[in-house]
Amino acid sequence: MPAAQIFDEMTAADGAVRAHYARYSRWLAALPADRVREKLAEADTLFRRAGITFAVYGDEIGTERLIPFDIVPRIIPVAEWNLIERGLWQRVTALNAFLHDVYHDQQILRAGKIPPEQVLCNAQYRPEMQGIDVPMDVYAQIAGIDLVRAGAGEYYVLEDNLRVPSGVSYMLEDRKAMMRLFPEVFAEHPVAPVEHYPDLLLDTLRSVAPAGVREPTVVLLTPGASNSAYFEHAFLAQQMGIELVEGQDLFVDDEVVYMRTTQGPRRVDVIYRRIDDDYLDPLAFKPESMLGVPGLLTAYRAGRVTISNAIGSGIADDKSTYPYVPEMIRFYLGEEPLLQNVPTWILSRPKDLQYVLSHLDELVVKEVHGAGGYGMLIGPRASRVEIESFRNKIITDPARYIAQPTLALSACPTFVESGLAPRHIDLRPFVLSGRDVSMVPGGLTRVALRDGSLVVNSSQGGGTKDTWVLTC
Amino acid sequence: MLSRTADHLYWMARYTERAENLARMLDVNCRMTLLRQEDEAVRRRWTSTLAIVGQLQPFLLTHQSVSQPAAIDWISFEPANPGSIEQCLDRARQNAHAVRGTLTSETWETLNATWLEIRGFRRDSVSVQGITNFFEWVKFRSHLARGVIEGTMLHDDALDFTRLGTYLERADNTARILDAHFASFADDASKYDDAADYYEWSALLRSVSAFEIYRKVYRDVITPRRVAELLMLRDGMPRSLHHSMSRVHAILVKVANVRSVETLRRAGEIQASLQYGRIDEVLTSGLGRYLEEFLNKTSDLGARIGEDFLVSAATV
Repeated sequence: MPAAQIFDEMTAADGAVRAHYARYSRWLAALPADRVREKLAEADTLFRRAGITFAVYGDEIGTERLIPFDIVPRIIPVAEWNLIERGLWQRVTALNAFLHDVYHDQQILRAGKIPPEQVLCNAQYRPEMQGIDVPMDVYAQIAGIDLVRAGAGEYYVLEDNLRVPSGVSYMLEDRKAMMRLFPEVFAEHPVAPVEHYPDLLLDTLRSVAPAGVREPTVVLLTPGASNSAYFEHAFLAQQMGIELVEGQDLFVDDEVVYMRTTQGPRRVDVIYRRIDDDYLDPLAFKPESMLGVPGLLTAYRAGRVTISNAIGSGIADDKSTYPYVPEMIRFYLGEEPLLQNVPTWILSRPKDLQYVLSHLDELVVKEVHGAGGYGMLIGPRASRVEIESFRNKIITDPARYIAQPTLALSACPTFVESGLAPRHIDLRPFVLSGRDVSMVPGGLTRVALRDGSLVVNSSQGGGTKDTWVLTC
Repeated sequence: MLSRTADHLYWMARYTERAENLARMLDVNCRMTLLRQEDEAVRRRWTSTLAIVGQLQPFLLTHQSVSQPAAIDWISFEPANPGSIEQCLDRARQNAHAVRGTLTSETWETLNATWLEIRGFRRDSVSVQGITNFFEWVKFRSHLARGVIEGTMLHDDALDFTRLGTYLERADNTARILDAHFASFADDASKYDDAADYYEWSALLRSVSAFEIYRKVYRDVITPRRVAELLMLRDGMPRSLHHSMSRVHAILVKVANVRSVETLRRAGEIQASLQYGRIDEVLTSGLGRYLEEFLNKTSDLGARIGEDFLVSAATV
């Protein structure tokens, strides 16, 4: 794939504004500079007042930062979105089929499509889940699939997030802020609505309640107010009208989960958890965890409560599993993948390892269990010393890494100190699976605010943009 | 609702109310010292104020003597004082933050904005004019928080536990303010009908927004006896002990659970003594003792409410 060329979302290579940005571009050009400054300041106040913040780990304790919000939307024409949507449907359906399979008959391993040790020796594979049935056979009710566009504008899946994907609250708050700041723009643009996401989510969670429960009680389990995504936990619980609980609010009695209320214990049927597997149940996993609920795994295995996403979902979104997802789509659905993977070298394979070690300065190397943009090497931007020190890490334990070509992520005009300038972006749509697979049009667009940076993670100075799917 | 959620709402309301009452108390002191310039009187007043809020000892650890600016600063902003106005607003916000999903967004935004705005009032703004503005601001933010809570929250048990915190804290605070002003009487009954010290008592009334109410109710000169009656036994007076405890009792009837029978009985007993009590009897038996007992009873009630409803382990 061509590496140098950068795809600009708004402007074509010949300098012409792309058709789906035409109206917006005209409006933006007519917007006086002082009004832009005013609106940027207003946006800042809106987010600060609403307390839409995230905590940064390793920072001073209690530090809350705003995620920078940019007022230029990322626009996707509806025809393009329809293709993406079909591709997401296909991919998430296959991922759920894979999870059901590896925790039951393991046909895909027996068929030789994925090396068994890749799954069975992976820390993300949970033997506790082997043979356990979950409602509707759905494991990942909520999936965040990260998409990027490369030089010619083609979409690639960068990674799948099936454990506790976050960011959907920013998608919703960005839209709310845009509509408040620029109501006149929405009058001129048929932007597909996203505000019903909490309804879809609640419906999905209710649909996976244990069999026989007619009016399920759904709760959201958070690690607490000091967690980096606490704002989102509180926001979603409130939007769905469900209780936001911490581990200490729940207890298990005779394989039934209860929450402690002012009127005594009340039964809980579905737990939308925003806590990693390891911390869910101190009796089953990390014994020192103060965040979880003792006995939860037993209740879960007995089918008395649904945990969403299911324990053990991480085996499907692990970066070392990622290269096999296209094969899963073919195996379970008998279809060709509509959304492509980024070509990936698996460093446990000697041939791949050899190639990667001799091309480190061109590639991106990622730790298979890493997240949040930590623990990765971006070859073209790394110093010789960094490359050499990474080389040693790879040689010590090649199976811990994968490598990919450095993609020239597409760029979208963004307001920075010096004015409007292109900045790299990605897209995280949120796909819900319960009785059906559903999603709202668009997703969260993250933007790398530093010039030339390819890292969009909020923990590393990334911002967000509103994402518009134009319906005509 | 979740016990932990109820706990956070209850303390959110208590800290908001406490900040307001601290501002009221400091405000009345400032007004009084504008009238009385003798240094010794000013020092005595601020010494007793520090004592009421339990901060005289910690204050004297870092200060040679009591002065007005230092005392105001200590009660308003001092980080080493866990009960300062700034700390109360911070804790109110922390509690709101922990349950922001239960609050309406307007409520959360109001408390969060208060917390953000307090940085605008810094210690160096302690000029008489500046500090009066600060007290006004604290009161205003508390009014706003209460209004937003009443005006936007669903009338369910979340609101009940929020109000429970407000009224229990108010009963406690009003009792403390009264105790401070009547302390000099040492139960000398002859002083109760002495109308001479108009400024002292009118300032006290103003500090609890009761000056106009007094005029409306009594249409007569201000006497300490009637001030005590108004602030203790008058149900219609929103900051009186009677009004506060009537609300506490009514809420406890509403949220009652199998554990709370004794708590409800004790609240009813306090409420009945305020509803059917007479000021002459209270004064004859000793106002100081009465208030001290009252404070003990409300503190006991607070502990019982915690055990019956709020401590999550207790509901297993």
